[in-house]
Amino acid sequence: MIRFLLLFSRQGKLRLQKWFTAISEREKKKIIRDMTTMVLARQPRTCNFLHWKDLKIIYKRYASLYFCLAIENQENELIALEVIHRYVELLDKYFGNVCELDIIFNFEKAYFILDEFLIGGEIQETSKQIVNRAIEASDMLQEGDSSEWFEVELFG
Amino acid sequence: MALKIVKGSIDRMFDKNLQDLVRGIRNHKEDEAKYISTCIDEIKQELKQDNIAVKANAVCKLTYLQMLGYDVSWAAFNIVEVMSSSKFTYKRIGYLAASQCFHESTDVIMLTTNQIRKDLSSPNQYDTGVALTGLSCFVTPDLARDLANDIMTLMSHTKPYIRKKAVLIMYKVFLKYPESLRPAFPRLKEKLEDPDPGVQSAAVNVICELARRNPKNYLSLAPLFFKLMTSSTNNWVLIKIIKLFGALTPLEPRLGKKLIEPLTNLIHSTSAMSLLYECVNTVIAGHDVNGSPFLPPFSLALFLFLRFQLCVQKLRILIEDSDQNLKYLGLLAMSKILKTHPKSVQSHKDLILQCLDDKDESIRLRALDLLYGMVSKKNLMEIVKKLMLHVDKAEGTTYRDELLTKIIDICSQSNYQYITNFEWYISILVELTRLEGTRHGHLIASQMLDVAIRVKAIRVFAVAQMATLLDNAHLMTGNVQRKGICEVLYAAAWICGEFSEHLENPMQTLEAMLRPKVATLPGHIQAVYVQNAAKLFATLLKNQEGNTDRTAAQETSQLMIDRLPLFVQSANLEVQERASCILQLVKYIQKLQQKDVEVAEEVIALFAGELNPVAPKAQKKVPVPEGLDLDAWINEPPSESESEDEQPKAIFAKEEPKHSRARHTEVDEKELAKRREARKQEQANNPFYIKASPSSQKVYQEAPGVEHIPVVQIDLSVPLKVPGLPMSDQYVKLEEERRQKERVEKKKKEKKKRKEKRGGRGKKHDSGPESEEDITPAHMVDIVTEEMPLADSEKLPVRSHRAAEALKSPAEDGDAESPASQEPKKKSSKEKREKKKDKDGDRKVSVKNGNPTRETALWMYIYGAEIDIQGNLQDGSQVVVSVIFENKCDNFLKTMEFNVLDSLNSKLQRPEGSGPHDGLSVPFQLPPGVSNEARFVFTMQSIVMPQKLKGTLTFIIKDSSTHEKLDFKLHFTCSSYLITTPCYSDAFAKLLESGDLKCSSVRLEGVNMPFHHLLARICFHHHFSVVERIDSCASMYSRSIQGHHVCLLVKTSGQTVSIDAKCDEPTLLGNVLDEIKQTFSQC
Repeated sequence: MIRFLLLFSRQGKLRLQKWFTAISEREKKKIIRDMTTMVLARQPRTCNFLHWKDLKIIYKRYASLYFCLAIENQENELIALEVIHRYVELLDKYFGNVCELDIIFNFEKAYFILDEFLIGGEIQETSKQIVNRAIEASDMLQEGDSSEWFEVELFG
Repeated sequence: MALKIVKGSIDRMFDKNLQDLVRGIRNHKEDEAKYISTCIDEIKQELKQDNIAVKANAVCKLTYLQMLGYDVSWAAFNIVEVMSSSKFTYKRIGYLAASQCFHESTDVIMLTTNQIRKDLSSPNQYDTGVALTGLSCFVTPDLARDLANDIMTLMSHTKPYIRKKAVLIMYKVFLKYPESLRPAFPRLKEKLEDPDPGVQSAAVNVICELARRNPKNYLSLAPLFFKLMTSSTNNWVLIKIIKLFGALTPLEPRLGKKLIEPLTNLIHSTSAMSLLYECVNTVIAGHDVNGSPFLPPFSLALFLFLRFQLCVQKLRILIEDSDQNLKYLGLLAMSKILKTHPKSVQSHKDLILQCLDDKDESIRLRALDLLYGMVSKKNLMEIVKKLMLHVDKAEGTTYRDELLTKIIDICSQSNYQYITNFEWYISILVELTRLEGTRHGHLIASQMLDVAIRVKAIRVFAVAQMATLLDNAHLMTGNVQRKGICEVLYAAAWICGEFSEHLENPMQTLEAMLRPKVATLPGHIQAVYVQNAAKLFATLLKNQEGNTDRTAAQETSQLMIDRLPLFVQSANLEVQERASCILQLVKYIQKLQQKDVEVAEEVIALFAGELNPVAPKAQKKVPVPEGLDLDAWINEPPSESESEDEQPKAIFAKEEPKHSRARHTEVDEKELAKRREARKQEQANNPFYIKASPSSQKVYQEAPGVEHIPVVQIDLSVPLKVPGLPMSDQYVKLEEERRQKERVEKKKKEKKKRKEKRGGRGKKHDSGPESEEDITPAHMVDIVTEEMPLADSEKLPVRSHRAAEALKSPAEDGDAESPASQEPKKKSSKEKREKKKDKDGDRKVSVKNGNPTRETALWMYIYGAEIDIQGNLQDGSQVVVSVIFENKCDNFLKTMEFNVLDSLNSKLQRPEGSGPHDGLSVPFQLPPGVSNEARFVFTMQSIVMPQKLKGTLTFIIKDSSTHEKLDFKLHFTCSSYLITTPCYSDAFAKLLESGDLKCSSVRLEGVNMPFHHLLARICFHHHFSVVERIDSCASMYSRSIQGHHVCLLVKTSGQTVSIDAKCDEPTLLGNVLDEIKQTFSQC
């Protein structure tokens, strides 16, 4: 299973973190530090896999953003790369030509999309369409909520 | 009320939302921490309000801050408040915050149980979905226990959206609350056949994870998964299923057989590299099973082997790919194969060496790992040479250090097993000292010391090299960057001092060791310098006192007296102490010299005796002298009432035991001599003690390099190169030349033999020198190198090659029916070489197409008859023969059929339903130049006699579609029925005492090899294990597949070896002894 997913910028600024197992805050900070230093130190055009403790780290850079995924030892590295890529595709579809700023300013949306794609460290849905539909439906629901809220505000 | 709401909304207008917060943080790059602390204060205010919208906004901002690394655990209760909002918008934010911030020790989780239960049963599927998602992150054992039933119900929800989430979360629940697995499992199994592919794949995921932890409970699901695997087109699911099967096959070998076809199809057809990689990995892992206790039946082993070959080919394609990721994974998988099948990997050496040139460091490191397992005596020099080139080119110290340690690891592995020429190794070590900025100086140093101490024959050479190093020490100390390498000087000084009798110019070395610059070295090295200068001084005195002129000796003393005061002033206590001690000694010697007293003998006595390497646990073996109780108090312990100022005294008193113990261990001179003698004896017999064996001595003499090494004056303009040192390449060349020469010689001999044979004389050849070559580590035959089984001297845990060895003997005897004699009269030189290999004990026989007009169509190597271990444990009558078929012609060969004429005693196992004379079809076709292995199982009734079976192989050459036939003979020796079984000496003694065993003995004359080689030979060829060995006498044990005990007592004196043997089956014993005799008559 997948242990965690981190998104960070070229400067090492964290943009998203998702932990699929319960880890203490201190431990999280240490892992984040290790990951950013390790991944950022890699030369361009090298392979995307690293070994770290008993985990395999799979990272990939999209524009200025690094996606870094940790999987357990028996998992398939190439499928992990696919997971990263699929997530990027989903973000791209949702935001339309996604960039780092989209993720910074709508970070909760990035989480919601991820939650529809992965759950508990396993792939939940491999179909892009179904994930997108679920996100759209939830967003619709949310908008419905908001308009209701405004009504309350105005006529309460 | 309305006013309050309006007031709230007005307040809210002034609140920051998430976007404002993010923007604010980005605008306050200088004082981010301060800005955020004001934000947190604001958030605290917002959380105090009643308006849920404000709270949700605050929680959303907190979630962002949490990601930036700020502690937000104080807001846990507020998060729960937001979670329980009835609005989806807020609920979503609340659950997100909870999943990011909560963990098992968060107290408020206890409060959420009912809220989550409510959300799970909400009519809105997205409410349920959000709750499930959140739960997957922070589920605790308590939550799991309380909610297991609710989630289980959701697994049958009408919406697939909920079903798949519920299924995946069930796995987390199982982990936290294992009792839930049993009731939930039937429903989980049901989900494998869910109409929705998402739910199906979720169920596969969960079961795959469960099966990995405890495979045997999931065997019953195999048929279901098999169906899924053949029907599914979703690669994500396929990969999981293949993984699952990987976990199941070790438990159910039949499963593996069923998987062959679909897996092979996938490997051939898939375009998805991830899937291909998974298949290949699974096959490799499945192949490992071969070596594990779950030995699959032979047919499966065969199939696995075929798939395995396919995988190795596929891996090669991966490694050759330009995609770095595939290259990396290919190497990774290769290293898995290396553990079980080093030979399969070794044939790809070229490719792996290429990867060392890769620009990606992680790929280079993987390739290095592989190289470690790939070296053999044959290719060590070549590989290390290549690595040395890389050391020179390498940028970045980390990688270079890695290379350096790898080189040393590779060379020193298993007690320098692969090193045939230690001079070469010393030169490599010396070359490594030229590395700039390495921190592995101590590693090189310890290797130098180890080799110089343990390999006596190398000392002369080592000392010369070390002297040069000492002479050029300024090159190492000059640069700050080179500090790490100074450690080498420690070894150099010690070796020069300890073995100073080998020094060519001791005076020069002494001066080098006493240079003022030495004082800049680290203290522990200086200390060694001083101590060893004293040793050198002793040797020098001895040399110089022999001369008539006494002034030289006095000058040496003077030199010491002049230079040593520098060290006496050293800040390092160790150096100071040693220096002042030695200075006083030298002064005293000088006094005596002035009175014309000869002192050399006495001085040299200071350093007499040989220092030997001591095993770490050796101290335990020293018996405590009688009457010494190490635990007894020597002085009464001070009573506690004693005043404190007396304590120093007590400490002082405690030191006394040291002295008294020393007195105990002092043994008189005779006793010492006796012990030394005993130790020497022991060393001589210890195969693990590397000593001046005749072979290495020979290698050493053969290398003409030593005397001719020109010691050139140092050219200071090239500071990094230590002049006058031989390059290690020189040895590679030498080695090549030597091999070439050997080859030529052998060829000549071979020709001669052949002539004799043609003359019809089947007498055995006296090939004494050649047999010695067999053991010489430098010995190499390089025909068909890729497939060559290991030479005798390489005692690796490889599959042994038994029946084929037996096959060799008829060939050698010129037996008219032997397959080799069917060769046509006209022989190309290549064939001859092939033939010769048989003689050299390479245990391979070629069976050749008898058609003289055609180029050899097919080679068949019968290279091993193995006893199926599982078979022998159960019925003791199965023997497996592995046959390698190699297509030597230019045409495609197909429809190969292997048949053996069964005897009463032994039968080829044929599939059910086929007649007793039907052939077995070989399950593959052979394209030109390809070889492949097949295994055949034979059933034996009695194993007490050796067996010869006649057989034929028929095949069709594709283009001409002619039927060809190939005759061969299989020779089963009695030794091939023996299995190496360890036996403890007490069990062995009992066995001999029991009196059930019949006795027999045999004498071998003219066996000219060291005793341990002799034992190794018996162990290797006849599958014995050594029970006990005392001096030149050893007891050995083996067991037949039918459980006969065979015990040997081997004694040697001079060139005569006598073997007394006992076995409960006299015929078997007689035959085994005959075979042993034959083994030694051939050498």
